[in-house]
Amino acid sequence: MIAIIDYGVGNLFSLKSSFAAIGQEAVVTCDPDVIASADRLILPGVGAFGDAAQKLRDSGMADVVKRQAASGKPIMGICLGMQLLFDKSYEYGEHEGLGLIRGEIRPISGIIDSGLKIPHIGWNALIVKKPSRLFRYLNAGDCVYFVHSYYAADCEESTTATAEYSAELTASVENGNVYGCQFHPEKSGDVGLKILQAFCEI
Amino acid sequence: MITKRIIPCLDVKNGRVVKGVNFEGLNDVASPVELAKYYSSCGADELVFYDITASAEGRALFTDILTETARRVFIPLTVGGGINTVADFDRVLKCGADKVSVNSGAIRNPDLIYEAAKLYGDQCVVISADVKRVDGVFRVFAKGGRENTGMEAIEWIRRCVDNGAGEVVLNSIDTDGVKGGFDLEMLDAVCRVVNVPVIASGGAGRIEDFITLFKTLPKVDAGLAASIFHFGEVKIADLKRAMAENGIPTRL
Repeated sequence: MIAIIDYGVGNLFSLKSSFAAIGQEAVVTCDPDVIASADRLILPGVGAFGDAAQKLRDSGMADVVKRQAASGKPIMGICLGMQLLFDKSYEYGEHEGLGLIRGEIRPISGIIDSGLKIPHIGWNALIVKKPSRLFRYLNAGDCVYFVHSYYAADCEESTTATAEYSAELTASVENGNVYGCQFHPEKSGDVGLKILQAFCEI
Repeated sequence: MITKRIIPCLDVKNGRVVKGVNFEGLNDVASPVELAKYYSSCGADELVFYDITASAEGRALFTDILTETARRVFIPLTVGGGINTVADFDRVLKCGADKVSVNSGAIRNPDLIYEAAKLYGDQCVVISADVKRVDGVFRVFAKGGRENTGMEAIEWIRRCVDNGAGEVVLNSIDTDGVKGGFDLEMLDAVCRVVNVPVIASGGAGRIEDFITLFKTLPKVDAGLAASIFHFGEVKIADLKRAMAENGIPTRL
């Protein structure tokens, strides 16, 4: 069973449905006992980092996630959920993250060409940097769906894939049992479903 | 490199797709869910569901099929039609929509875009503008293109983006239905004043129209069409192959 951690941000309907589509049971929950009994965890997230990090702490989910990560359980952060895994973010101020992956979150405006649109939105090809079990079904040139204005920086050692948007933006990261995708696998068609499937097989 | 998006638009009335649709292998061509699945499997990058229902019953049917689609189709889903309040945003987002497009609702209530963007983020709010030349000036039309608001269109769109619209769908009434190609002049005028994705709508009749669009106006991010996809006049797989052959970044 997969626990999708509910800490009061975002719509988790598509995420839950995407697991159902690959025959995996997923529950949306903020119950520490359910989370502890799950085989795998998903940390979702949309919106602003500071607000989400606050809700994660206030709901007690930050400590739960950290404990579960330490226990070796596979955890995947998606979009803002990935960013929350990092040490800190500079989205409207400076905010502390979960510190499960080394690096920090910065605005993409600082590294992309000035004429390009922000957010980085749409389908972009994954450029694999390191082998990852998440990519076991991935083919060269496969595209996934991105929507973000901030990116993970200073995390070369954990970066498994990037996407080219005049600069190479971190697309996925991995540190032991902790995984993160900047893109939305639940909105990335069959390619995305196969990444979720691979996560379920870890 | 970010790819150019191809977006079929489905008009839905009382829970069914209107305008004739003719596809081999589709048992129920008026089922929005079946059609959405079909387009997703053909390589559509995103789908737009446009609710043209007027009744409350129709609206409830619409949210039902939206939920069912989001349960089974895993590409971005934009919903438009009858979006007048933040409560309307909430209603369709809860059913699995990723983006919400506003048109007449934003004309009636200019604060709607700002309020929705604050709540759900800019990326969620799409301004859809029906624009037509009147005495050489681009004017915004309301009520499905029937009513001239008198507002100058380029300035109106720029203001919507300043208020938080994260994407623009520009539908040219002048080229809509003519199948002679997209309205490049109008699109260029919009691309010059906004720095959010611009989606071209109205006028596509054949594959070459999309190639011309993306070659002539590299700042246009996506092409939207309805009947040419529904009638199979342009097959999305063929279109995307042709785009790739012409060096246009495409998700195959």
